Amino acid sequence: MGKIDVLNGNKAAAWGAKLARVSLLAAYPITPQTPLVEYLATFVAEGEIDADLVEVESEHTALSVLQGGVFAGARTFTGTSSQGLALMYEPYIRTSTMRLPIVMALVTREVISPQTVWGGQQDAVTVREAGWIQIWCESNQEVLDTVVQAYKIAENKGVLLPVNVCYDGFSLSHMAERVEIPEQEKVDSFLPKPDITHVKLDPDKPMSVDPLTAGPMLTEFRHKQVTAMKYAKEVIEEVRQEWSQLFGRDHGGMVDVYRMEDADIAIVCMGSPAGTARVAIDEMRELGIKVGMVRIRVLRPFPVEEMQALLSGVKAIGTIDRNVSFAAGYGTSYLELRTAFGGKRMPPMIDFIGGLGGSDVTLEQIKQAIVITQYVANGGEYRDVTWFGLDEVDVDQLFDLEDQADQEVKEGIV
Amino acid sequence: MKQIRFHGRGGQGAVMASELLCHALVHEGNYGQSIPAYGFERRGAPLEAFVKLDSKPIRERTQVYEPDGIIVLDSALIVQLPIFNGVKANGFAILNSRKKMTLDDVPENVETLATIDAVRIALEVFKAPITNTILLGAFAQATKLVSLQSLSECIEINFPKKIVEKNLVAVARGFNEVQVVTRSGQLQKAEG
Repeated sequence: MGKIDVLNGNKAAAWGAKLARVSLLAAYPITPQTPLVEYLATFVAEGEIDADLVEVESEHTALSVLQGGVFAGARTFTGTSSQGLALMYEPYIRTSTMRLPIVMALVTREVISPQTVWGGQQDAVTVREAGWIQIWCESNQEVLDTVVQAYKIAENKGVLLPVNVCYDGFSLSHMAERVEIPEQEKVDSFLPKPDITHVKLDPDKPMSVDPLTAGPMLTEFRHKQVTAMKYAKEVIEEVRQEWSQLFGRDHGGMVDVYRMEDADIAIVCMGSPAGTARVAIDEMRELGIKVGMVRIRVLRPFPVEEMQALLSGVKAIGTIDRNVSFAAGYGTSYLELRTAFGGKRMPPMIDFIGGLGGSDVTLEQIKQAIVITQYVANGGEYRDVTWFGLDEVDVDQLFDLEDQADQEVKEGIV
Repeated sequence: MKQIRFHGRGGQGAVMASELLCHALVHEGNYGQSIPAYGFERRGAPLEAFVKLDSKPIRERTQVYEPDGIIVLDSALIVQLPIFNGVKANGFAILNSRKKMTLDDVPENVETLATIDAVRIALEVFKAPITNTILLGAFAQATKLVSLQSLSECIEINFPKKIVEKNLVAVARGFNEVQVVTRSGQLQKAEG
């Protein structure tokens, strides 16, 4: 049994890095990631982490410093958000193409403009094609556990890709809750010392890293990246199994599934709204709606097969997105699910966009989404994307005034 | 689940109080969430923080819209802000107030009213108007949702050493000196 403490998401991430015995840190503060840097600096100053902390002048440098560290065999950690991620973009891309197993907290936030510091998921979804694995957390316990797991995934010889541990800015980063901090010895038995040999700065064995690479060889290189990304799915599942055996906690693998066994309809979401969705699902089931949830835990690689297996049989799907895609005005999980099903038959699906600019995805909104999804499952027509706070959401019209069960549901959602 | 809203000003320690309460709840084997209302916190500007408490894990990850009660660290906010907005029926209000207040001064949904002249106590204990732990002691007395012992133990565990002793005095004085009235009629004299 580990130690029980009360941690906010940023402190949970710092604890994850500490338990993973990182040896090199570099980060530049930005809201809402700032406390993470402070916690890491405190750990180093008090000798709790045996690591070098490099004070840098920008996010661009922060990640570049870590790249050099990986060449020298270090286990490295950083974190950023929003515009900091934007400034980091050049080395960010190079990290995945050089196949460097760096783990980075991505404390998700809106992107500017308009001027904002609040939570949202737009920064992270914007970089989902940059070749990083993206794991999304629902709770601070999951943040801590996932940072440790991320090294095991990233450093796997068949993967060798960087991992973003994504957690919602403020909703998780600044919210403090009960977290169990695992024992160091147990984490050590789970996570061996880093053994990174594919890129190495060694004067005795000179190696050319990142030389000019043209057409055919670059094609092969890119193909290998994609292959590694696909293989990461297996590793993520293995790591999940091993973690739950050792620590007794299971946050899911590629997806996290809740009450889907007999579900007629499904809610799909990612990040902190999933917790609220669990409460909404329990309450709506009491009222007779058989609803479950599939939480996208890993956005890259995308859980294509898992989604097909879990969702083909339901009567309707409602996605909830704290972000937008500019492809067609839907949120990212809606778009990704459409892609996952490709030409295959899929149930009707509607999208709900909410929680932008630091607003909550509220319990009431999720209950509304469930009722509307059920209405669509029954053959009803509804707009394909609903923007909470912008579109009028009038669920009253969906109910049959004569029907007793309908009236109970109607009263239950407010 | 019980939900509490703190009202204070930047620098008064509302967020620290919400986190301490959360620690005390977890210390008792329960579950708590401490949530600062998100914004640019500036010294002196009104701010809110929330605590949710339950005997089972709290899955909802939202701010608090309809609290079971409020804790107000700064007496000026009582008249300056609509602090009672959204408070549930049979709610509680733990107010820092130099003025004696009665149930007639607060909305009907407040069942339990606790008032304490926390600034006077703070000036005696800290030589500064730091009211957060005093109000937590008052909260413990008025609601019994957390014990004074847990609050004290968590102050010892979590606060920087040099401020532990004074805060232990502050939380105990809040607990002992608060005036609690309930709508069901009886005036409960604080113990001690």
